[in-house]
Amino acid sequence: MLDGSPVPWDLALDHVARRLDEIRFSHGPGSIAFYLSGQLLTEDYYVANKLAKGFIGTPHVDTNSRLCMASSVAGHRRAFGADVVPQCYDDLELADLVVLVGSNAAWCHPILYQRIQAARGERGMRVVNIDPRHTATSEGCDLHLAIAPGSDSILFNGLLVWLADRGLLDRNFLELHTTGFNDALAAARLTSPNTARTAECCGLGLADVELFYSWFSSTRRAVTCYSQGVNQSAQGTDKVNAILNCHLATGMIGKPGSGPLSFTGQPNAMGGREVGGLANMLAAHMGFSEIERERVARFWSAPNLVTGEGLKAVAMFDAIARGEIKALWVMGTNPAVSMPRADAVRAALAKLELFVVSENVASNDTLNRSAVRLPAAAWGEKDGTVTNSERRISRQRGFLTLPGDAKPDWWIMGEVAKRLGFGNAFAYTSPAEIFDEHARLSGFENVAGAQTPERAFDISGCAGLAPVAYDSLDPVQWPYRANQVPTERMFGSGGFFTTDRRARLIPVSEPCLASPVSDAWPFILNTGRVRDQWHTMTRTGLSARLSTHIAEPFVEIHPEDASRMGLEQGTIATVETEHGVARLRVLLNRGQSRGSLFTPIHWSAENSAAARVSALVHGVVDPISGQPEAKATPARIEAVAASTYGLIVSRAAIRPANAIFWASSPTMLGADPGHLLYFAFNLPYRDVIGWQRATLPAGEWVTIEDGIAGTFRTAVFKDGRLDAVMYAASSPKLPTTDWLRSQFSGAQQSGAARRGLLAGQPTAGGTDEGPIVCVCYQVGSLKIEAAARDGCTTTKAIGVKLGAGTNCGSCLPEISRLLAGKSARPAVAT
Amino acid sequence: MHMDRKTRLVIVGNGIASLKLLEELDLAAFDITVAGAEPEPAYNRVLLSSLLAGDSAVDEVRFHPRAWYDARGIDLRTGDPATALRPARREVVLQSGARLTYDRLVLATGSDAIRLPIAGAGLRGVTTFRDLADVRALQAVAAGTRAVVIGGGLLGIEAAYGLIRRGLDVTLVHLMPTLMERQLDTTAAAMLRTALEAKGIRVLLSAETEKIEGSAGVMSAVILKDGRRLPAELLVMAVGTRPATQLAATGGLDIGRGIKVDDKLETNWPQVYALGECAEHRGQWYGLVEPAHDQARVLARYLSGRPARYEGSLLSTSLKVSGVPVYSIGDFEGREAETITFHDEGSGCYRKLVIRDGRLAGAVLFGDTSDALWYRELITSGKPIRNVRAWLPFGRAYAEAV
Repeated sequence: MLDGSPVPWDLALDHVARRLDEIRFSHGPGSIAFYLSGQLLTEDYYVANKLAKGFIGTPHVDTNSRLCMASSVAGHRRAFGADVVPQCYDDLELADLVVLVGSNAAWCHPILYQRIQAARGERGMRVVNIDPRHTATSEGCDLHLAIAPGSDSILFNGLLVWLADRGLLDRNFLELHTTGFNDALAAARLTSPNTARTAECCGLGLADVELFYSWFSSTRRAVTCYSQGVNQSAQGTDKVNAILNCHLATGMIGKPGSGPLSFTGQPNAMGGREVGGLANMLAAHMGFSEIERERVARFWSAPNLVTGEGLKAVAMFDAIARGEIKALWVMGTNPAVSMPRADAVRAALAKLELFVVSENVASNDTLNRSAVRLPAAAWGEKDGTVTNSERRISRQRGFLTLPGDAKPDWWIMGEVAKRLGFGNAFAYTSPAEIFDEHARLSGFENVAGAQTPERAFDISGCAGLAPVAYDSLDPVQWPYRANQVPTERMFGSGGFFTTDRRARLIPVSEPCLASPVSDAWPFILNTGRVRDQWHTMTRTGLSARLSTHIAEPFVEIHPEDASRMGLEQGTIATVETEHGVARLRVLLNRGQSRGSLFTPIHWSAENSAAARVSALVHGVVDPISGQPEAKATPARIEAVAASTYGLIVSRAAIRPANAIFWASSPTMLGADPGHLLYFAFNLPYRDVIGWQRATLPAGEWVTIEDGIAGTFRTAVFKDGRLDAVMYAASSPKLPTTDWLRSQFSGAQQSGAARRGLLAGQPTAGGTDEGPIVCVCYQVGSLKIEAAARDGCTTTKAIGVKLGAGTNCGSCLPEISRLLAGKSARPAVAT
Repeated sequence: MHMDRKTRLVIVGNGIASLKLLEELDLAAFDITVAGAEPEPAYNRVLLSSLLAGDSAVDEVRFHPRAWYDARGIDLRTGDPATALRPARREVVLQSGARLTYDRLVLATGSDAIRLPIAGAGLRGVTTFRDLADVRALQAVAAGTRAVVIGGGLLGIEAAYGLIRRGLDVTLVHLMPTLMERQLDTTAAAMLRTALEAKGIRVLLSAETEKIEGSAGVMSAVILKDGRRLPAELLVMAVGTRPATQLAATGGLDIGRGIKVDDKLETNWPQVYALGECAEHRGQWYGLVEPAHDQARVLARYLSGRPARYEGSLLSTSLKVSGVPVYSIGDFEGREAETITFHDEGSGCYRKLVIRDGRLAGAVLFGDTSDALWYRELITSGKPIRNVRAWLPFGRAYAEAV
C-alpha cells in the first residue's frame, strides 16, 4: 500500500528505494533508521542488519529487544565478555533451588515454569520468587519475596556479603577464573552491610531474606532466572551483574543444575542479538573496533560500513522527533504502542519523510501512520531459524502458503537492496543461503589472537549446509564451531571471552529509582504482560479464545490504597504520569504491594479508548544497556466518575463514542465469531438510552430499563437469531459473558427465555460455567469448583476429569487456587 | 329485635357482589330476601365478552341455578327491580308493588351502562354492552354487519373483540389518545392497539362522536366531531358505567358518585349498607370484581357480628384482552415515580413496575402475566424491594434463586 492505495510490489519497492536514496543523498545515511523486532527470523534480521550497516551505511538499527533484553546483554558482556547465557533448560530440572527474579514465568514462560513445577513436585526442588507483585508464579513457590521496586541489587549484594561472611565462596573458582571480587564485595558492603539492613532496604522481612540466603548458600545447584523485572529497569545492567556476582563467587555457573539463566522476552530476541540487530553491535557478536569493522566489511564486500554504534531505541525515536532521522523502516513491531512515552513516539512518526512498515496485520497504531505498508509473511508462513534462551537455534518451518501478496522480510529487503544497486550482495534465493552466510561470518577469522579471545558466537559447524540439511536441521546450541560439537553449557571451567579469559565481578552501588515518587506522583507504576496476550495484541488480540482470559485493560491496586483513593472494584480510574494518561478498570488485589500499581502493556487505540499504557512509561534508560525502565514510573491514580458501566456482546463490532472507557475483544458466540465490548459512560441516562438506540443494530429489541437504578439491558434479535446483547448499570458489577455468549447459537427463543436472556443467567440448571480458567479446553471456574466438590482435589485429578490444565498448563496456578477454595483471579471484575 | 326471630336481611341486586355476600354469610342466622332487576339469577358479567365471542357457553356464564337459592332458604325475586326505599320504615318497595321489611338492608344495585346523550342515540341499531340481554341482541346481528364500538375501555374492547370474532366489520372509537387509560400505561396501550389491529379491528383514537345518523328510525352512520363519517348498522356504546344510585336517592341516602359508605360499608342510614359498584368508599368507586369480593367478605363478617373493617382495595385488573393476557395493579402509571420497564416487541411482552419509597407500588404486565401474583404480594406486603430490585423484571424464579 502506498498512501492508502494498493500498488504492485514493483512500484512499492521502487518507491522505497528511490526515497531511501534521495534521503541518503540529501541528509546522509545517518538520517535513515531501521526498527526491528524479536519476532523476525534470524535470516530476516541478518539481511536488515547487513543492508543498513554495510550498504546504506546507517548505524541506526535497533530492535524492540532493546525493550526486553538489552540489560541482560549488557550484564553478560560486562561479566563474561560476551552476550552468553551459560545454562541450558535442563538445569531447571537438575537444580535444588530455582530463583525467579522479576519473572512471572507462570504466565510469560509457561512451558519452563511447568518444567520447574514438575521437578519441584518430583524432587522437592525449592523455588523462590522475587517480585514486588504476588503473581500466578508466586503461587507455586516456596518463598515469595515481595521486594521493593528497584532494590534487587541490594538483595543480591546482601547475598554476596552473606556468602563472604560465612566463608561460603568458591575461592578456587574466584582465584582461577575471575577478577574484581574484592571491589565487588566492598561495593556490596556499602549497600548491604548486614542482612537486617538489606531486608529493610528491600522492604522484606529479615527471616524471609535469611531463609533465601540460607537456601542459596546451602546448595551447589542453584539456578537464577531473571526476566523483565530485572531488565526493564534504569539499573537493569547492575541488577544482572549483582546476580552474576553471586554465581561467579560460588562457582555456580555453567554446571548441571547450577548457574544464571536469563529468560528471553521474545521468540527470537537472541537470534537478533547474534546478527547485530542491536545498535551497539556490528554483526555476529563483533563490535566496532578497526579490526572487526575491517573484517566484516571484507566479508560482506560492504562499500559503506558504519564506523560506530547507532542510536538505541529510545534515542532513535527522540532523533525522529527532532527531525534528525527522516526515514524509518519498522518491521514486525508496533512502537506507537510499545515504546515508552508512546504518545510522543506516535507524534514523532508524523515528522518522517519516509515511513515504511512491514506488517502482517491490516491495521495497528503504527501501521496506520505509515505511507508505505508492505505485507510481510507471518508466523507459520515464514521459513528460517530462531534462537531461544538457552542458545538453541531451531528451524522454524513455514506450514502455510503465503497469502495474497505477502512476502518474506528478507525478500522485501533484498529487492530494495537490488534497487539501491547492491544486488550482488543480496542475491539470496532462499533463507538457507542467508543462514549459510550468517554461519560463515560467525566463524570468519574467529580465532583467539594475542590480545583478543575468539568470539563466543560461532556456528561455523552449521556452515555449508545443503538446502536439504538446512531444512532438516535439528535444534542446535551454539557455540557450534566447525569440526566440534554443539555446546550445552559454558564457563563451568572458566574460559570467559575477556582478554584474560577471566570473568569480571562488577561493583554494584546503591540503586535508586530513575524517578522517585512524590506528593504529586505518589504511586510506582509497574507494567507487564497478562497470561494470554502478547505485546500489542496485533495477533493474539485477534483470537477469541485467548481473549476469554482477560478481555479488558485494568489497573491493579492494593485494597487499602484503593479505599484511600476512593476506588472500588470494577470502577474506572485515570492513571496518569508526566508522560501520559490511561483510563483503566480498577481491580483490587492484595498481591499488589501498597504504593504500587500494575497495568498490562497490551491494549492500543485499535481495541481501547485510552489504555495505551506505554504512553505513561517514562523514557529513562539504563545508562549502560539503553533499556528503558518500564516498571517504575511515578504515577497518580484517580477515580473517574461514571454513570453507567456496561458490556455488549454482538455479532458485529461496536465502537462507542463519548465513552470514558471502552475495550473491545473478539469472542465466540457459540460457533460464530463475535465481539465483546466493555464500556463506561458518564452521561445522563437519557443520553445513554439515546446512545444505545443509535448504536445497537436494528432488529427486534427486547429491553429492560430501570432509569433510577441506571440499569439498561437490551437484546436484539434478527431473523429469530440473537444479534446483540447489551448490559448497562450504574454499578460496575456486570454479569459474566460465558452463558450469554452460548445463547447466540440457539434457535428462536420464547418470550420468557428472551426475558431471561436479559437476566444474564439461566434460572436453574447451572449451565453457567463461570469465567473461563482453562483457555485451551474452555473450562470455567464453576465447573472446576464443582469437580473439586466431587472429589477432584488435585490439579491432576481435575485434568483427568475435565482436561483443564493438561495442555499448556498456564492455568494450573489458577486451578490450584480454586482447589484451595480461593477465586481464580484475585481481582477480576468481569 | 326478638331473640327467637332471625334477622331479616334484604339484599337489593343480584350480581357478583350480592352473590359473594350470600356465599360468605352464615345463612342460618338470617331470613334473606334477594331482589334482582334482571330476569335471571346472578351470572358472571366478566364472561359476557367471551360469550359474545363464542369462547364460552351460556352455562359457563351462570353461577348458580334457582335451586341453589331454594336449598338455602333464600327468597330470590328476579325481574323485579326495587323502586323506592323508605329507611325510616325499614322498607323497600319493588316494581311489582311488593314491600320488603328489613332489619338490615344491603344495596348491591351495581352500575348502569352510560348512554351518550347525542343525537340519534335512540335510533335502532344503537345498543350498550352490559348484560345478558345485550349479548343476546348482539349475537343476533348478522356477520358482515358494519359495527362501531364507542369506548376504548375494557368493556368496549371486549365488545369489539367479540364482534370481530362473530364476523362483523368493527371500528373502535375512543375519546382518549390511548386505550384502557385507566388500567394501562401508554406503552401497554399501544401494544394493545397493535394486537387489536392485528385481529382486524380498526382503532380510532382521540375521536369524539358528534352524532348518529339514520333514517326511518334506523341508524346508518356515526359522525365524528372531526367530520369523519363511519357508515354502520350497529353502534355499541361502551363508554363506561355509573353507579346505580336511583333507589338510594329515593331513601335520601348520602350520594356522591356512588352511595357513600363507611369502613363498615354502612350508609348514613343505620342498618343500611351498600357494596359493589354502586358504593363509594373513602371517595373511591370501584368498577371491578375484586373490590366487590373484598367488600362482601367484610360485610358478611360484620353482619355476623364479628369485627370487620373495609379499608379499600388494591386495584388490580387481570384479564385476557382479546386473547392477550394483561395485568394491571396499583399505581400502574407511576407518575413522578421510579419505574422499571421490560419490553419485548417481537414477543408482544411488556412489564412496567412502579416503585415508590423503595417499595413496589404498581405494575402493568402485557402479554405474559406469569409473575402477577408475586408482584401483587410485593405490593400488598409493602416490603422494601432493595434486595430484589435487580431481579424484579425477571420474576420470582430469578429473585428467589439469588
